[in-house]
Amino acid sequence: MSFTLLLIQTLNGLQLGVLLFLIAAGLTLVFGVMDFINLAHGVQYMLGAYLAVAFYGIVDNFFIALVLALLASLAFGLLLEFLVFRHLYGRDHLDQLMATFGIILFLNHGVRELWGAAPLSLPVPDALSGAVRLMPGMLYPVWRIVIIAAGFGVAAGLYLLVTYTRIGMLVRAGASNARMVSALGVNIELLFMIVFGFGTMLAGFSGIMIAPILSVEPGMGDNILILAFVVIVIGGIGSIRGAFIAALMIGLVDTLGRSFSVDILRLVMAPSPARMVGPAIASMLIYVLMAVVLYVRPSGLFPARGR
Amino acid sequence: MSGATITASQTVPAPRLAREIIRPALIFIALALVPLLAKLLSAQYLLDLGSRVMIFAVAAVALDLIVGYCGLVSLGHAGFIGLGAYAVGILSAEGFGDALISLPVAVGASMLFALATGLICLRTRGVYFIMITLAFGQMIYFIATSLALYGGDNGLTIASRNTIVGLPLIKTDLALYYMIFLFLLGTYLFCRALVSSRFGRVLRGGKVNAIRISTIGFDIKRYQLVAYVISGGLAGLSGFLLANSTEFVSPAYMSWQRSGELIVMVIFGGVGTLDGAIIGSAAYLLSEAWLSGLIENWKVVFGPILVMVVLFARGGLIGISAKLWRPQS
Amino acid sequence: MINLKLTAAVAALLGMGAGLGLSSAQAQDHLKVGLIATLSGPPAVLGQQMRNGFTLAVKTLGGKLGGKDVDVSVADDELKPDQAVSKVKELIDRDKVDFVVGPIFSNVAAAIMKPVTESNVILISPNAGTSTFAGKDCNPNFFVTSYQNDQVHEVLGQYAQDSGLKKVIIVVPNYQAGKDAAAGFKHKFTGEIVDEMYVPLGQLDYSAELTKIAAASPDAIFAFLPGGMGVNFVKQYRQAGLADKITFLSAFTVDESTLPAQQDAALGMYGGSNWAPNLDNPQNKAFVDAYIKEYNAVPASYAFQAYDAALLIDSAVKEVKGNLADKNALHAALKKADFKSLRGNFKFNTNNYPIQDFYLVKVAKRPDGKFETEIVKKVFSNYGDTYAKDCPMK
Repeated sequence: MSFTLLLIQTLNGLQLGVLLFLIAAGLTLVFGVMDFINLAHGVQYMLGAYLAVAFYGIVDNFFIALVLALLASLAFGLLLEFLVFRHLYGRDHLDQLMATFGIILFLNHGVRELWGAAPLSLPVPDALSGAVRLMPGMLYPVWRIVIIAAGFGVAAGLYLLVTYTRIGMLVRAGASNARMVSALGVNIELLFMIVFGFGTMLAGFSGIMIAPILSVEPGMGDNILILAFVVIVIGGIGSIRGAFIAALMIGLVDTLGRSFSVDILRLVMAPSPARMVGPAIASMLIYVLMAVVLYVRPSGLFPARGR
Repeated sequence: MSGATITASQTVPAPRLAREIIRPALIFIALALVPLLAKLLSAQYLLDLGSRVMIFAVAAVALDLIVGYCGLVSLGHAGFIGLGAYAVGILSAEGFGDALISLPVAVGASMLFALATGLICLRTRGVYFIMITLAFGQMIYFIATSLALYGGDNGLTIASRNTIVGLPLIKTDLALYYMIFLFLLGTYLFCRALVSSRFGRVLRGGKVNAIRISTIGFDIKRYQLVAYVISGGLAGLSGFLLANSTEFVSPAYMSWQRSGELIVMVIFGGVGTLDGAIIGSAAYLLSEAWLSGLIENWKVVFGPILVMVVLFARGGLIGISAKLWRPQS
Repeated sequence: MINLKLTAAVAALLGMGAGLGLSSAQAQDHLKVGLIATLSGPPAVLGQQMRNGFTLAVKTLGGKLGGKDVDVSVADDELKPDQAVSKVKELIDRDKVDFVVGPIFSNVAAAIMKPVTESNVILISPNAGTSTFAGKDCNPNFFVTSYQNDQVHEVLGQYAQDSGLKKVIIVVPNYQAGKDAAAGFKHKFTGEIVDEMYVPLGQLDYSAELTKIAAASPDAIFAFLPGGMGVNFVKQYRQAGLADKITFLSAFTVDESTLPAQQDAALGMYGGSNWAPNLDNPQNKAFVDAYIKEYNAVPASYAFQAYDAALLIDSAVKEVKGNLADKNALHAALKKADFKSLRGNFKFNTNNYPIQDFYLVKVAKRPDGKFETEIVKKVFSNYGDTYAKDCPMK
């Protein structure tokens, strides 16, 4: 376990964290502002990836496909908002769970009807397909750097938007007392629609950005959804800052756990049981982390005020 | 949780008689008659379907106990089912194939796990509770997949169903069916009694306003913990039944998707009604069996149905039936 | 009033059940086959390949197997073992099937083994070949047209051994099949295993593993990462620049079910198989052409093994002249395996698992732009599994 290796694995962990943040950002925003459990976030992520693949097939240019897929994601999100979500604001969380679960079933199987069950793929755009040398024999793809940049961009953008703009102010006010904001003459329904549409677009965006390194397949959003929930719960629901820090924590814990659990266990036990126990512990680590954080801080690390 | 939960009992002041006696009685009579129906149609597999419905109904009723009466939504209940099932599987592999041993172990282990995790989980509320129960469910799932000695993720075949006091009483599917039936009936009556007792009133009070209940002098967390442990134990019972019915145990029984399905069953039927959980389980599994026979990609249809139930039928199927007989409310 | 409404609701629920019961009106003299495969979730593509392969065979044989009209009932196990048990009970009780063909996954196979074989119905697995039922728990009602799982891993182990690779890293998911894969590979490879990585099932990002591989710079890696995991890993392995330096040996990681997503990233990577689309015999050529024409995709081993399962049923039903009641005669007829397998050489071992040839295959691009695996060399001839000796059947 050399120092360089530890350093690179730490970088890998941070990168996974940023990736998770990208997915979780929209979820925590919608959840925090509208007190809405949107299980469908994962399938919206999936849909973004599928739309990008579909548009890429037509226009053969990644960036045009990206823009088109984003717009389509937004349109679809607004349609969903109009048909379903709008009627569920202020309803019990259980109702939201079941309705969005229904949407998961519909979309997971809907994309299969449209695009088939076989995994699809989206190539990395040519201009960004290069790689930098990180250590002898190991290249670091430029696209991953783009993803990291996108993650930081989204984090900074959201932070500025929520903290310094009028709409951000309304979002914060709406989160703590929607009725009061509405009484002050603000169209809260419109506000919620905008936030929801934006959240959907963020989900779609993360799906598009990650598609070139992952398999695009039905159900690809299900496990991601769970990870995203873990992130926002550790961070404190509704807190962008919390989600960012929690995502980095999970990325680090997961990556370092996978890389070194066996080596560390070998210090205290024989190699063969270490090989058995290590990976099992590594898979559980993020859940252990979540349980510990919630035990110590039952509302996450950075609970949003006023709830 | 906001106060927006609208259960059938709140919207519809239906006669208690209908709600608490006739409706459940009809459900259980219908369930008791399934073997007859299977015989008449010479459709033996209906027995299996019915058993499956009742097994999940046990778990769904257990879940409704904490969802409907404490406002605690657990996304880790499949973990208890798996724990109960693995108790049967492992004991049977080690030569203990009698229900006198496996049943107490299945239920006891689940209750113990519920106690240990409940102490931690109950520090949180709302969505945090959902997620922390998920975390424990996932941990036990990963432990099961790494149990190489007992098949790991390939699962474990059970040589034969449990004996009862040394006798092969549940050898036939029919006997097993009625054993499951009795356990479901017992579970239902037990939970019914529990929620209408003083204990249950404290739980319900705590769900509506925890602060008020605490002010009166009840330690609401302790009450909730007891309910959580009971619920876990009953889910373990469901696992015991599932293992005996499929004669096979697998980590797949503990996946979080399964926990999600249980929640859907409870909501589908009607939260906070107990018998709604039975109806929900039946409706979920029967529509699954029915739709999947009609269209391969049946979930494309089933998904929107769930959405519609939420949008247009508050209070689940129980809510619909309540509205049907009291349209003016 | 109240009771009427409720009774109606309950009756409706039961009616659903009754509806299920009545749907089984089928002609008595038809041959009935139940197909159980994973048709939903990410692995659905494998189940579809299996179903397509079987359907194509029935179609090619004019809708008949062994001279009898065939009714095929398809069930989706959803990769849930308990669901699978219910579904096969339905197939057996409701549809009265004579054969169950399936499943894809070993854990489902383990779950349905007992209900099917104890009902004296023949179970033919066109994919899952667990070690559990190859040894002392072998069963006269159970036949396998694929392989015993370990064998595919042994192909790569043997190849690594023969080609003088010295240092190898193993990457498998942390579950039973993954551990079996590692064991199978090590069974034939005696060189140095630098590291064994057990990754969580369904992992997305492999940066940590790739970094460790690059740091250790072995001669080759052996990967067993089925489905979406394989797609993710192969893409990231290529993007990290390792594909040109470190030989990529794999099982169930690059095949025709994943290649549409891996595409160029998988070019030149190796796998092990008992067959490949370009295997040179007339029946296979016809099969591959027909499959591509019908489904616009290159068949994978799942499809061909299901096709062979249909041929097997066809041959056995012919042999017993349609009399399926005499189970001993049927077992003997199946065991003869008197059909022209798409893979050429084929016969059953004492445990009803195949004895066949195994090849090293390599990913290549077809002239029509699609991708497929192609045979590089034969690694084993007439190869049976090692568990057969524990099987009490003769």
